[in-house]
Amino acid sequence: MHALRHVLHAFFNLHSFTLAMPDVWAGFQLNLKMMVVAEVLVLVLALGIALVRGLPGPGARPLRALAIAYTDFFRGTPIIIVAYFIGFGLPGLQLGYISNQSFTTYGVITLTLVYSAYVTEVYRAGIESVHASQRAAARSLGLSYWQTMRYVIVPQAVRRVIPPLLNDFVGLQKDTAIVSVIGVTEAASLAQQFSNNNGDFPSLLVAAVFFILLTIPLARFTDYLVSQRERRERAQAF
Amino acid sequence: MSTHGNGNGARPFVDVDNVCKWFGELQVLDRVTLQVPEHGVVCLIGASGSGKSTLLRCINMLERVEEGTITVDGQCLTKDKVDVNEVRRKIGIVFQAYNLFPHMTVLQNVMLAPRKARRVPRDEAEWAARTLLSRIGLEAKAEEYPDRLSGGQQQRVAIVRALAMQPKLMLLDEITSALDPQLVSEVLALVRELADSGMTMIVATHEMAFAREVSDKVCFLDGGRILEEGQPEQIFSDPREARTREFLSRVLAGGRMQ
Repeated sequence: MHALRHVLHAFFNLHSFTLAMPDVWAGFQLNLKMMVVAEVLVLVLALGIALVRGLPGPGARPLRALAIAYTDFFRGTPIIIVAYFIGFGLPGLQLGYISNQSFTTYGVITLTLVYSAYVTEVYRAGIESVHASQRAAARSLGLSYWQTMRYVIVPQAVRRVIPPLLNDFVGLQKDTAIVSVIGVTEAASLAQQFSNNNGDFPSLLVAAVFFILLTIPLARFTDYLVSQRERRERAQAF
Repeated sequence: MSTHGNGNGARPFVDVDNVCKWFGELQVLDRVTLQVPEHGVVCLIGASGSGKSTLLRCINMLERVEEGTITVDGQCLTKDKVDVNEVRRKIGIVFQAYNLFPHMTVLQNVMLAPRKARRVPRDEAEWAARTLLSRIGLEAKAEEYPDRLSGGQQQRVAIVRALAMQPKLMLLDEITSALDPQLVSEVLALVRELADSGMTMIVATHEMAFAREVSDKVCFLDGGRILEEGQPEQIFSDPREARTREFLSRVLAGGRMQ
């Protein structure tokens, strides 16, 4: 009983919770920034890779292979290892501009590289889900391959994959905490510092609450989109 | 004198010569030869799987032919260096399943190809699209999405979408097969209008009465070959081949003749 009370006090002490709030909030703003920048970059890079992977013809085989190698590598490697490679590898290369970025930038690069690999697959599934007859219709009107992708296939694909895409973004948001291993002073690392100094853990709880509060609206929004689509599809079936 | 053709106008607008195509082991077109004069309307009849659709898709270069040549408007499509997009801009095709773009309004569907493939300015493309839509009585639906339209309306929009590219040849691939019976006539009326306006057309169809009425020539396909071709009167009243007779009597029994 005494042990339980001890643990509860160590984690759920309201006084300590309030004290930790400003520090952790300051760090969390960095998480928000990394998240927004990385998400925008992921949306663009992943679409590019998905399109390369879908290129037709034998001439594009090397490019397709490159795109496949990319997704295989970054989906297979734990993000923490990618973070070390980027965060400590790039500065070590002494390549001038590339090697003189902030840890936050390296964090964003890490997140972008890893999550682009996931989102590429999401885009690809979306592109493949658009029926071949749509492509035939567009091409038969004289639109080129790229015009067909740009105006007919990708817009339909993106609409379909918004829910799984947002799902991946929830993962990305949480993983902004992982890049603290290369020295980004974001919410989780500041919470840990606070915890070390104070000798208890409510600061970690503060960080958890921030992340959850950010995730819940996104999750509900995803649910909303899914249910809306289901309703639409059911209406179409009759 | 034109550099194309031989000057006496006898050269067919569409010239399909000994075309063969395989899907893997299966031969779907077997030495198909077909000529369509300018302003001519040819109907392809035959059972499903006889090669009608494949032939149309080959003429629009959606499928590659393995042997033989196809020439449209003096341009050989079966050579190595052919600008596919250029060729398709003058050949319209309409499919059984309409294939309108569901994320675009009716107007956007009709305007897309003229604007992007032929670089027509926006205003001009919109004006042309609205004119075409009013011709088929669907101007009021211009801002609607395709799923708000009936099948017959969608198919008429699909025809107009192809016409917006001002094609010289229209390929119609069983365009009434997916429609409810009461919606078929409105689509056929539009095709009849096209035929009257002198559009060169190749029409794959199961509507025999329509084929008889609208076409200059009817081809019966069987197992990837044109087994018999001739004037509609001759094909429908006095077919030479036993297979043609058999096919027509089955269609007649199915009530598709009237």
